[in-house]
Amino acid sequence: MSLVIKDLHARIAEREILKGLTLTIEPGKVHAIMGPNGSGKSTLSKVLCGHDDYQVTSGEVLLDGQNILDMSIDARSRAGLFLAFQYPHEIPGVSNANFIRAAKKARLPEGEDIDAVKFYKQLYARMDQLEMDRSFTSRSVNEGFSGGEKKRNEILQLMMLEPKYAVLDETDSGLDIDALKVVSRGVNAMRSEDRGFLVITHYQRLLDYIQPDIVHVLMDGKIVMTGEPSLALELEAKGYDWVQADDRALAA
Amino acid sequence: MNTELEAPPDDISDIKIDSVGDFTFPERNKYDSGFGLSEKTIDYICDVKGDPEWIREFRKKALKVFNDKPMPTHWATKDLENIKFDEFRYYLSDGQKPKKSWDDVPEDVKKTFDRLGIPEQERKFLAGVEAQYDSEAAYSNIKAAVSEQGVIFVNSTEGLHKHPEIFRKWFGKVIPTGDNKFSALNSAVFSGGSFIYVPPGVKVKHPLQAYFRINSEQFGQFERTLIIADEGSEIMYMEGCTAPKFDTATLHSAVVELVALKGAKIQYVTVQNWSSNVFNLVTKRGIAMEDAEVRWIDCNIGSRLTMKYPGVVMKGKGARGEVISIALANNGQHQDTGAKMIHAADNTTSNVISKSISIGQGRSTYRGLVHIPKHLKGCKNNTECDALLINSSSRTDTYPAISVRGNDHATQHEASVSQVSTEQIFYLMQRGLSEAEAMSLSVNGFINDLAKEFPMEYSVELKRLIDLEMEGSVG
Repeated sequence: MSLVIKDLHARIAEREILKGLTLTIEPGKVHAIMGPNGSGKSTLSKVLCGHDDYQVTSGEVLLDGQNILDMSIDARSRAGLFLAFQYPHEIPGVSNANFIRAAKKARLPEGEDIDAVKFYKQLYARMDQLEMDRSFTSRSVNEGFSGGEKKRNEILQLMMLEPKYAVLDETDSGLDIDALKVVSRGVNAMRSEDRGFLVITHYQRLLDYIQPDIVHVLMDGKIVMTGEPSLALELEAKGYDWVQADDRALAA
Repeated sequence: MNTELEAPPDDISDIKIDSVGDFTFPERNKYDSGFGLSEKTIDYICDVKGDPEWIREFRKKALKVFNDKPMPTHWATKDLENIKFDEFRYYLSDGQKPKKSWDDVPEDVKKTFDRLGIPEQERKFLAGVEAQYDSEAAYSNIKAAVSEQGVIFVNSTEGLHKHPEIFRKWFGKVIPTGDNKFSALNSAVFSGGSFIYVPPGVKVKHPLQAYFRINSEQFGQFERTLIIADEGSEIMYMEGCTAPKFDTATLHSAVVELVALKGAKIQYVTVQNWSSNVFNLVTKRGIAMEDAEVRWIDCNIGSRLTMKYPGVVMKGKGARGEVISIALANNGQHQDTGAKMIHAADNTTSNVISKSISIGQGRSTYRGLVHIPKHLKGCKNNTECDALLINSSSRTDTYPAISVRGNDHATQHEASVSQVSTEQIFYLMQRGLSEAEAMSLSVNGFINDLAKEFPMEYSVELKRLIDLEMEGSVG
């Protein structure tokens, strides 16, 4: 039982972005990916979720043994894959509560409905953990939310949907320290033996709060190095230039 | 077509919404004016109804105006040319008077309205109901409490016969016969529709409702509604309509006149879901006197072609007019709707909010007239028209006609055309919603703030109708 990415190649239009990415995320573990701009970080999350703009040219992605590359975007979600977006979209006229409720209902068998009382109890408890004011339940999804509020809303959805594998795409971008702490608390509260995380980040700072088990370096569409959490600190101090020449670099 | 119908299931909720209206009972008309329209048709209608002489003359004059006016295809769709006036019957009824109790209503008519949920709604929350079946009302009831307040709620024929003083005072004054070709047609052959009078100061707590049902094929329904709200009174009126889906065309050409006297308020709610073979050409206008308000809350989901521009003439100082409109056009449909705001006094305010959705090859058109003449002061208009295109073949057109003169007014016009963004759909699908569910949610979000203006039961129904229309719109 894992999220297994094997030699994944993907392109957008005629440009190949992922050039043989291999990575396995086991339940109970937090993997971090760091890399310079253009390395393919955002592409990876979009390709995993099935965004139409990207074509997979070769490789495999198995979620608990199931090939998800053949599945639709929503089927992958219901199979247990969640993406916390870097730029969460606004959905005018749809309240946050109704949206989350619809997402939960989509996972139930045909004809079953959500227990409203249980739902709101759970929703309020999670919102309290994320220090989100109750007024956010009736506001339109992400409309007029600040950057920090949008990121908190992503984690709220994560907490309500309880996925098997969660990909956090630069969740720290645009956050001040306080928001960063609250968001990280939320993510850490969801860490469990049954859940795997892939934290994609540009800056090491997030990893002070969401401590990973393993750190990978993504460069030019491939994982070029894998190491202990201290690797992140090394990157912060030295940048990326030294990586490919280093002894620890993976074979090209 | 004569189609026998097996008894509908006892539980109405088993019936799928999209087929709710698509059934017929065999025609058993006692009165049938035959195909085509001529002076003979007018005489037939007047004889059957026992109309007074002034109405017979009124109708005949209107017929001349109708024949003289050309089809307005120089600005409207050429699809109008597909209306074959000789191929309609202009009057059909079973000759019965409207019943006051559901038990007395003929079986097939009762089954029709039961299936559409009418008496149930009445029991629940309405002040009165008028149910029209083809040309005449089959059921007409007003709750005792409302009647005791002096409110009159009857069909147009009864209004004209029993309350001529009030009726004649306003009939044809808000919408004169010659206003357009179809108001002339209605003036010639009108039958059914409501006549409502609310005495001064009376605020009717619960809505009055009318339901229009077409059962017969190759038929034209021409209801005429006149609502007069006396000084300081308030009323909400709701109308719904359905017809079975015939292969031939059906014509629905109604005229609705509203009069809100000083300080009065009239709200008129319509959810139109005619089947896709209906030509729906309606003239609706209200006059608002000093400090009065006329508010049109209009939703158009059905019909082959709807042309409807609810209007308000703000005749008294401080009068207010509002049109809130939702239109949905799917394949083979053209919703040509809008508003007409005529400012005729100082410090009057008008507001138009229109949201339209075009699906598949559906076409929606917005036509808005705002007129503020030079000699007035302190008038305001706000217009917002937003169009949503679902597929690449969908179409929308906007024709605002704003004429504002003088230098003491404020006018604002905002228009937008958008598609549901692929990123929005991706986001919703990533949360587990299917593409169709994501579309539906997005479309309902688009009209959400307008849907909230409809009474609760209607807004729930509206959302269900929209979800149904969205099915099959993706991929």
